Amino acid sequence: MTLRSHRTRLWTDRLLKAFAGFSALVGIVFLLWILITVVVRGASALNLHFFTRSPAPPGVPGGGLGNAILGTLLLTVLATLLGVPLGLLAGIFLSEFGRHHPLGRTLRFVVNVLMGIPSIIVGLFVWAWLVVPLGGFSGLAGAVALAVLMVPVVVRTTEDMLRLMPDTLRESVLALGAPRWRMVAILLRGARTGLLTGTLLAVARISGETAPLLFTALNSPYWPRSLLKPMANLTVTIYNYAMSPYPDWQRLAWGASLLITLSVLALTVVSRIFLGGREPS
Amino acid sequence: MRWKQALQNRWNGRRSGTAPAEPPRPLYVPQPKIMVRNLNFFYGDFQALHDNNLDIAAHKVTAIIGPSGCGKSTHIRVYNRIFELYRDQRAEGAVYLDGVNILSPEVDVIDLRRRVGMIFQKPTPFPMSIFDNVAYGLRLHYKLPKSELEDRVKAALQAAALWDEVKDKLHQSAYALSGGQQQRLVIARALAVEPEVLLMDEPTSAIDPVATARIEDLIESLKERYTIVIVTHNMQQAARISDYTAFFYNGRIVEFGPTEEIFTNPKNKQTEDYITGRFG
Repeated sequence: MTLRSHRTRLWTDRLLKAFAGFSALVGIVFLLWILITVVVRGASALNLHFFTRSPAPPGVPGGGLGNAILGTLLLTVLATLLGVPLGLLAGIFLSEFGRHHPLGRTLRFVVNVLMGIPSIIVGLFVWAWLVVPLGGFSGLAGAVALAVLMVPVVVRTTEDMLRLMPDTLRESVLALGAPRWRMVAILLRGARTGLLTGTLLAVARISGETAPLLFTALNSPYWPRSLLKPMANLTVTIYNYAMSPYPDWQRLAWGASLLITLSVLALTVVSRIFLGGREPS
Repeated sequence: MRWKQALQNRWNGRRSGTAPAEPPRPLYVPQPKIMVRNLNFFYGDFQALHDNNLDIAAHKVTAIIGPSGCGKSTHIRVYNRIFELYRDQRAEGAVYLDGVNILSPEVDVIDLRRRVGMIFQKPTPFPMSIFDNVAYGLRLHYKLPKSELEDRVKAALQAAALWDEVKDKLHQSAYALSGGQQQRLVIARALAVEPEVLLMDEPTSAIDPVATARIEDLIESLKERYTIVIVTHNMQQAARISDYTAFFYNGRIVEFGPTEEIFTNPKNKQTEDYITGRFG
């Protein structure tokens, strides 16, 4: 037997380190680049009117995206209210009741597939089953589309977080003579930071979605009045305004981009704080 | 659904004349609290316990010793049917608690677990305050006015020799306690619901020697009121605190008797080898 050359090993190690470091750097550079671009182009659009006014017609100076901001908030909150309870309960079923049940296995498979489905297809699905029957685009349809995107993420997070809870905790709740639902309540309590984090990340994810809203909530130049009417929202506004020929509208689109980026950043940071420095799984 | 179950139990009892079809007789100790008869246990296809027969004396400490994987924990996990959490585990045979076979499906498992408490190897405080941990089982099983709840929590913490250390921080998280304190908290939580039997599955193997000594003292003081079964890897511990000892090997009970006899004059060669440290 001959020893492998020390030098070869050393250089392999250095080469690998260099490549890995370079790749990491590329990732960081792009993130910073995006942030800087959005800040530089969008900062000038952010003023009081941006938050309080609805858009002005082309050619008329002024106007803001207050209606779209409110619309996006409404859509996100409604989608969260629809998606989180459903996802949470399904996740509880997967982890605590249906682990080996055929229904559980099917659900787990469906959830995995659903996670991989392009969001525009979810938009089309909701269009076919909600927009067409209701006779028009609506905020409700938009929220449902976002909720459909959210459910698989919440299911997976819930299942993963509950599975991290040790079996000894389950046993010690049951050993006191507690029924199963009380055991679940204790597990949820133990996993609450993780669950909250997962939910926030899911919210962050859907708050930036455009494709599922294109065929559902559409967009609107007016303040949201009814859930059954098209609803203004930031992402579709960016899509429309960025491609418009009017500099004012383009500026608003950059402003909206900055706002969304900052919100997602804020949600991620907040979820990090909840996690207390631990890596999200 | 508990009341339904209770009603049904009462009805069944009346119909069959309360006494079980074949009243078991004590084999080894007079008037045992628990009698285990022909107990076999399976993890899927694997048989972990073979024809276990054992009597657990009331108000005594019974130690279960034996090498790793011999079925000690498996055995006591039948007494409160906690194994039923897992789909592929099943028990055959009978375990009589005060003459009633607790493995029969009519037995209300919630009531069983109130009467038969369990302490695990690793302390398992719930994610809540010290007070709420101890009050958990109380609130679960009893309807109590607040003042009585507080009294009982205090009594349980005193019984577990933890009161003096936590009385000023009852509303802090239980996770802030040390491992030994957590284990005593878990014991207090189990004592609070006033069980009749306390099962301890290697309760001191995850904590330091000083805390272990405190828990051993505690066990000594508890046996007046409770029947205690303790699984332990530590033979000195078994010798120190138990009145009876069962030696398990490969899922069989090789020898059972008063602790003094088992340790000074074992009848079985395997028991002697294990106790003298020749294997295990």
